[in-house]
Amino acid sequence: MTSRTSPPYRFALYGLLGGLALLFVFPLVWMFVTSLKPAEQTMEAPPTWLPMEHRVSWGGERVEVNLDARVASPSLWLVRDGPSGGEHRLVPAEGFDPAAFSGWRVAARAESGWWLVTERFSTKVRERVPRRDVVPPGAVETRVRPRWENYPVALASMGGRSVEEAEGTVQERPFNPETDATFLTFLANTVVVCVLGVLGAVLSNAIIAYGFARLKWRGRDALFALTLATMMVPFPVLMVPLYGVFKDLGWVGTLLPLWAPAWFGSAFNIFLMRQFFRTIPEELSEAARIDGASEWRIFWRIVLPLSRPVLAVVALFHFLHAWNDFLGPLLYLTRKPTFTLALALQNFQSQQGGVQWHHLMAASMVTVLPVIVLFFFAQKTFIRGIATTGSKG
Amino acid sequence: MMHGETRRLLRGLGFTGLWIVGLGVFTAYPVLASLYYSFCDYSILQRPVWIGLENFRELASDDVFWLSLRNTLFFAAFSVPLGTIVSLSLALLLNQEVRGRAFFRALFYLPSIVPAVASSMLWLWIFNGQHGVLNQALAPIFALWGGQPPAWLGDPAWAKPALVLMSLWGVGNSTIIYLAGLQDVPRELHESAELDGAGPLRRLWHVTLPMISPVIYFNVVMGMIGAMQVFTQAFIMSGGPDGNPARSTLFYALYLYSTAFYDLRMGYASAMAWVLFLLIAVLTWSANRIAAKRVHYAS
Repeated sequence: MTSRTSPPYRFALYGLLGGLALLFVFPLVWMFVTSLKPAEQTMEAPPTWLPMEHRVSWGGERVEVNLDARVASPSLWLVRDGPSGGEHRLVPAEGFDPAAFSGWRVAARAESGWWLVTERFSTKVRERVPRRDVVPPGAVETRVRPRWENYPVALASMGGRSVEEAEGTVQERPFNPETDATFLTFLANTVVVCVLGVLGAVLSNAIIAYGFARLKWRGRDALFALTLATMMVPFPVLMVPLYGVFKDLGWVGTLLPLWAPAWFGSAFNIFLMRQFFRTIPEELSEAARIDGASEWRIFWRIVLPLSRPVLAVVALFHFLHAWNDFLGPLLYLTRKPTFTLALALQNFQSQQGGVQWHHLMAASMVTVLPVIVLFFFAQKTFIRGIATTGSKG
Repeated sequence: MMHGETRRLLRGLGFTGLWIVGLGVFTAYPVLASLYYSFCDYSILQRPVWIGLENFRELASDDVFWLSLRNTLFFAAFSVPLGTIVSLSLALLLNQEVRGRAFFRALFYLPSIVPAVASSMLWLWIFNGQHGVLNQALAPIFALWGGQPPAWLGDPAWAKPALVLMSLWGVGNSTIIYLAGLQDVPRELHESAELDGAGPLRRLWHVTLPMISPVIYFNVVMGMIGAMQVFTQAFIMSGGPDGNPARSTLFYALYLYSTAFYDLRMGYASAMAWVLFLLIAVLTWSANRIAAKRVHYAS
């Protein structure tokens, strides 16, 4: 046992664990960091770790700028007046021929290491051409500034507004409730699917499992065996006819296929709850029966209150499944106002071609955050659920 | 008065009635219908027409079908063993006497519950050939040999390995299962093996792994079944059901989906679904055969 407490061993163990933990947590951190950057900082090489703000003084006024590039060798910053702010050019100082640049004047002499900067507009001003300049590194004032404003813009453009509309630089199109939606619609749809699904899954599976665990009747064991057998069927086998069933029911295009089936039980959850119900002492039921309690009353008043742990596990995992599900919404939802968050996020990404990484990460962050919060509140239930469903399932 | 037996039966049916309806409508009927459609020409717009084994014959000579099967087997063949090694290693580390075990366990687990759509967006960004943080980090290393890192999802040769790599981020779930299994291994076994002079590696090989072999078996089978049906990541990261670039990530479920819902060839898709079912059954059965020899069940 001495070797296990020796300092080199502890050092290696914690080093390894810490390194791996960093590796696992980094992608999520990167998602968060990216979501707070302005667009051009997402594309910087080498990448910056934090969202920055760079400012320079222009005519006594502090102005936010983008750092476009560093000046590589001593150069001249030439300016020629003209419409819409005129023209600028950076040319090498060595071998500069003024004759080739008649009409231009030398506005600055840049040493190597100076910055080429472009004025960065606050989102709502677009009416004039941004100013450009070349400035010494000392003139650039840099500080960390997370762009929380990315979030409202990302969520609005997820709902179908263009970035310009979301930022307010152009007039918004009139809202068409048939084809347009807002982020709140997606959130509401997802919550409906999750809440109704969780309620259905917990109630129906508990009732059904009670029938299998605590009652004796002819055909019970055969039906239970059949129930277990259905767990082997992969979803693709059901996919096509199930679509037909929902189509015949008139459910395609609505949220119903995503939550209503949960009210009719699922093999795995029935199995899970049955296992739990069987551990509750039969004497409790017997005593109640002698007192004249109905079977429903025994279920509702005795077995169910004792089964909170398994009910919590089923509720949690159904919520997670419903929140994360992509294939279901992809199959059954056709109009944007019915989309869930998962489908809306994918739709957002496919429509804007994936260059607005900061907006995409902000929208992703919003769909991830509830899951993370839930995890931290229900960590014990999660761990217990996985451990029991996994090793004993 | 009703006969006691009948009353018990009615009561049982009363409690399980919802499931009997659910089982019939959402499972049994679809299974039978799908089996029937697999022998039919069926487009959902018209009634199915019986064509016998024609769908299966066509599958045998469908190059895209075979490609999708190869892609899927490639993904499963790498993601399942690598995932097992990574999650088992993490669990073994967590099973040491470490402070902050709950904290580390939470960090390893968290990625596995991130919605697949969001994690796909995230990895799409990380794998981005030009601006992605992975290639930003790799570029200086590759530059030592005068090379460039691969374009990952943009390169047919690297798109599948990229998806395998991404899948390793989500092994937290099986890590928890392995950890629970490891904590069930009786301490006395380790202590007596140690007294007999067995080193840590021998104890791992001769005590720990045999003791948790049922858990390994369970995880491998579940992982395999999941890998054979991989869909969401590939759909999102290749921008649709075509498996871009160059069909390199056209997985079985993706081809099945587009056959059914883009080409509206529901009969052909059902035949594919049944082939997948059989394939999974055969793989599970083989795993069972191996398990019968190798897996140790404590009495």
